[in-house]
Amino acid sequence: MSLYRDVTVKPWDTTGLPDGIEPKPTFNVPNEKVALVIFAICASVLFSLLVVSYFIRMSIGDWVPLATPTGLWINSAMLVLSSVAFQLAVIQSRKTENIRFLSVTGLLSFVGGLLAIGFIIGQYSVWQLLIGQGHYLQINPANSFFYLLTGVHIVHLIGGLWVWSKAQLRMLGTTDTTRESRLSLELCAWYWHFLLLVWVGLFYLLAIT
Amino acid sequence: MAYVPLADQDDPHALHDPDSFVTKYIWSQDHKVIAIQYGAVAIFVGLIALGLSILMRLQLGFPDTISWIDPAFYYQAVTMHGMIMVVYLLTALFLGGFGNYLIPLMCGARDMVFPVLNMLSFWFYFLSVIILLASFFVPGGPTGAGWTLYAPQSVSHGTPGHEGGILLMLISLAVFIIAFTMGGLNYVTTILQARTRGLTLMRLPLSIWGIFTATVLGLFAFPALLVSAIMMGFDLILGTSFFMPAMMELGEQLDHEGGSPILFQHLFWFFGHPEVYIVALPAFGLVSDVIATHARKNIFGYRMMVWAIIAIGGLSFMVWAHHMYVSGMNPYFGFFFATTTLVIAIPTALKVYNWVLTLWQGNIRLNTPMLFSIGFIFTFVHGGLTGLFLGNVVIDVPLADTYFVVAHFHMVMGVSPVLVLYAALYHWYPKMTGRMFHEGMGKVHFWCTFLGTYAIYLPMHYLGFLGVPRRYYEMGNTDFVPASAQALNANITLAAIFVATVQILFFINIFWSLRNGEKASGNPWGATTLEWQTPDTPPKHGNWGDELPAVYRWAYDYSVPGQKEDFIPQNVPGEEFEKTAHAASNAKGA
Repeated sequence: MSLYRDVTVKPWDTTGLPDGIEPKPTFNVPNEKVALVIFAICASVLFSLLVVSYFIRMSIGDWVPLATPTGLWINSAMLVLSSVAFQLAVIQSRKTENIRFLSVTGLLSFVGGLLAIGFIIGQYSVWQLLIGQGHYLQINPANSFFYLLTGVHIVHLIGGLWVWSKAQLRMLGTTDTTRESRLSLELCAWYWHFLLLVWVGLFYLLAIT
Repeated sequence: MAYVPLADQDDPHALHDPDSFVTKYIWSQDHKVIAIQYGAVAIFVGLIALGLSILMRLQLGFPDTISWIDPAFYYQAVTMHGMIMVVYLLTALFLGGFGNYLIPLMCGARDMVFPVLNMLSFWFYFLSVIILLASFFVPGGPTGAGWTLYAPQSVSHGTPGHEGGILLMLISLAVFIIAFTMGGLNYVTTILQARTRGLTLMRLPLSIWGIFTATVLGLFAFPALLVSAIMMGFDLILGTSFFMPAMMELGEQLDHEGGSPILFQHLFWFFGHPEVYIVALPAFGLVSDVIATHARKNIFGYRMMVWAIIAIGGLSFMVWAHHMYVSGMNPYFGFFFATTTLVIAIPTALKVYNWVLTLWQGNIRLNTPMLFSIGFIFTFVHGGLTGLFLGNVVIDVPLADTYFVVAHFHMVMGVSPVLVLYAALYHWYPKMTGRMFHEGMGKVHFWCTFLGTYAIYLPMHYLGFLGVPRRYYEMGNTDFVPASAQALNANITLAAIFVATVQILFFINIFWSLRNGEKASGNPWGATTLEWQTPDTPPKHGNWGDELPAVYRWAYDYSVPGQKEDFIPQNVPGEEFEKTAHAASNAKGA
């Protein structure tokens, strides 16, 4: 039964099992994916509100724009590569029957995570650079927002790395967990693409203003 | 990766079968235990907030009789009362408590889809409560900024609790939001994915629709509170100027410059208004089920009720600035928000009509849960109608920040949801404990609470008309307020003390009945929904024994013509011909 038919039916007029004898979830994907998509929407609301606040605060006179540090380009490239590595890992994982740490899939996902850690270190060094130049957090709202936006983005990435590290440990283990690993990798890939998208949006915002 | 049917999955509930006291009752992953943990903590902090309100009332009714209630303490009591009641009691009890208890049972699932996350959700909530209560013990005490925490006063000198209380409040809220997000993802995913066979979306009881929509609202609205908490924390600790304008404090120019207090208000109310419906929608859902069950009638206009819940949920994100009419906003802006506010009254009124029409010609059983539900209709209509006054800019401007507002929001989102909570607690008590409560004590509890709350809040409207301002520790040289207002205030205080005292009856009842109550059968009310059809009462871990139930009909087959019993549980296979004949005769009639 389609979602549309499901919500337009007159429930008092029907009896029986319209979907047959198996329970039927609303979306034909694993629960974790549904939860991840809902979480991504939540996180989008969070970032959108930060961006709206950014624009409102910018309209008040004391805003001194912050020149976009060049380091951000390198970091962005790392995040893109990280996302690509995860996607390749997912594609590879569909071809293999047994996902281990020492396999193409495992290594690709490992590299993807390392690149994300590289991104975080890169962002941190950009912060250090800015602080070295005297662009402290509290001097100007543009600076405050720069640290806030990049910081909140990093926190989300760290959350992803936690799931990633669990997946790595699972692949290192001896028991066969191919199904779980495949799902974990897919979830990581989706989440990484989402955070890449968020980062591209934030980077664009920081670059144009 | 495709969906794996339940039958092919590794048995999910076997994975966390509790085997010791600790895993069963403390680090429990069973939704029913977590629900009771949530409920117990929420009611516990709620009692603290109730106590604070009595202290406030004592100051207002009998100024200067209790020496240690100074202005600072008064503001701290106001703040903590509001925040605890709205967030830590109502949100937590409706969603963490009833959401957790009812979702898997009403959906015919063995548990939530992510039990570990569910457990973490409770413990994060518990942590947030500890942090909140810890602020009573730090130097300077808890924050006295008002529950809205408006910048810049919440972080300035002169506001009580500016030393540490405000920081603890912000941290506690952030932890609460993390807890809510973990729980909320669970509730939404469970409702979407883990319904048993035959349970289509339109066969869900309205409780589930209310909890579902409220959870979605929470997931989208709490980020606004998180953003404002983080930014205010930055202003407080790191010296940024997100919300802090240039200002003098104690004769000194502060380092802040250019921050926007109005931005804080917008962010706060973008959370704050949906929050009203995060509390109200589960109440709407629960009360619908209680009314239908005890009126022995199907809920009137089920589909309308569902769409009204969804419409209210959507509209609730478009009305936030009606809390800010006096903040100096553009009149056209105010006009827009006044319009959306009036629009949201339409689906809300529709729900009220449908509850009343459900009662119409029903076979009403006036037991305790039903009394509380009908009481809710009264208080909700009263609170809702004053909302129409305040939703209009021209009427709101003179009434803003008076006791009229206090009376309005206490009626609509204080008393009304609490009456539903009592209705629901009494209604599901036999399922949760396996015992019946004492009916007589329940009825006394209802009448004293219901009439008592009117004695508190009805006079407050008149105080508001007189222009008595809210949030004042005591009246100063306010000649426009007649002396009789003080007499009214004293009476309100007496009524408040009476109502607070009567709540003891509820606790005596639930604890006494736990041991001495009559043993409850599995389905004492003759209800149709799945939670009453469990093999054990209270349901055991895994809820359903060996086989999950199948759902053959909607949740409201009460008093179906031609049936021996006046209810048909959802898991009773249908005699297809009979229903079809019934439907056909309906169609002919129409």
